[in-house]
Amino acid sequence: MAEARFRPGDAVRVVEAYPLGHVRTPHYIRGKTGIVERLCGAFPNPEELAQMRDGLPPVPLYRVRFRQADVWPDYRGAAGDVLEVEIYQHWLEKP
Amino acid sequence: MRRSHHDLGGQPAGLVERHEHDYADWERRVDAMCVLLGAKRLLTVDERRLAIETMAPEDYDRLAYYERWVVALGQTMIQRGLVTTDELKRKMVEVQRRG
Amino acid sequence: MNDPGPYRPLTYFQLMEVSLRELLVEKGIVSEAQIAEEVEAMRKRGYERGARVVARAWTDPAYRQRLLASGTKACEELGLEVPALKLLVVENTPQVHNAVVCTLCSCYPRMLLGIPPEWYKSRNYRSRMVREPRAVLAEFGLQLPDSVIVRVHDSTADMRYLVLPMRPAGTEGWSEERLASLVTRDCMIGVAVPTVAP
Repeated sequence: MAEARFRPGDAVRVVEAYPLGHVRTPHYIRGKTGIVERLCGAFPNPEELAQMRDGLPPVPLYRVRFRQADVWPDYRGAAGDVLEVEIYQHWLEKP
Repeated sequence: MRRSHHDLGGQPAGLVERHEHDYADWERRVDAMCVLLGAKRLLTVDERRLAIETMAPEDYDRLAYYERWVVALGQTMIQRGLVTTDELKRKMVEVQRRG
Repeated sequence: MNDPGPYRPLTYFQLMEVSLRELLVEKGIVSEAQIAEEVEAMRKRGYERGARVVARAWTDPAYRQRLLASGTKACEELGLEVPALKLLVVENTPQVHNAVVCTLCSCYPRMLLGIPPEWYKSRNYRSRMVREPRAVLAEFGLQLPDSVIVRVHDSTADMRYLVLPMRPAGTEGWSEERLASLVTRDCMIGVAVPTVAP
């Protein structure tokens, strides 16, 4: 697999880009910064699988924890509320 | 920036309607075909998702869940060469005539 | 005058289903029997397997730890066949309440909970659960104080999620079977918590 670049506890920012094709990084989280909660493992790239290619080598997949208040400017829940999203390594960068 | 119509997180929306749906046999068969073809590695869930995501936005809104799935399944089967458009056309005419 | 009776012509989508299925069978790719077997297997698969896992975790602290560390392996330990499932179990505590959504489609731990409910796949749930979870939970009848953190999981990739609810008070000494009967599907999605009937 491609080397895992991030570790739990690292701050990461989701790349802010809007390419074409099949993407599993939700629109609402692009450009946001969170903390790596864990490395889930490495999996074939769904962007490639959707195009009938094998998606190899497997891409590291992380769960990233975001403070809701950092995701939504008008968030009305509790200050401690969080949102955890699975994001592939090639969509993450150092903030 | 451009957001695909399937990418719904955070969009304004109404109350969650909590009705349950008792699935019709045809819907269960659509699901079964998706599972079986995936297990046989003849197509992937990712391809089927792409087919749903590239559907016309009005269709995505208007169609019921398994209506979207059966269209996506068919598109993917054609893309993969499991069936051709012509085979599907002939079969649909045949079935319709059968009544 | 003709009575048309109960016959209704196939919708476009039903026609599509029949056509695709017959072509697959004619080409020997799948058989009618395989399709019927799979339909039956899916029909039988309710949320009982999920409830069993939760009940075991409630009664066996060591199992609970293994479940939280490696969800899929822990399911297999109970003899549950969960092909292709990469399970991540998230536990509710007095400080944290978990809830699951798939904003992009309808990802769901089907091997443990069966087919997802219509509302889980709906536009409104998928749109609002990541943005205003407390309001959505309140609509489901679950009010949480601000002292409890709400932790929403958007199931965007390969993992599938099961919420491990807290074991309700007043269930001391209950058998696993009896405990499992308290665990509803909605508790394992995170829009409800188990309650003991008065």
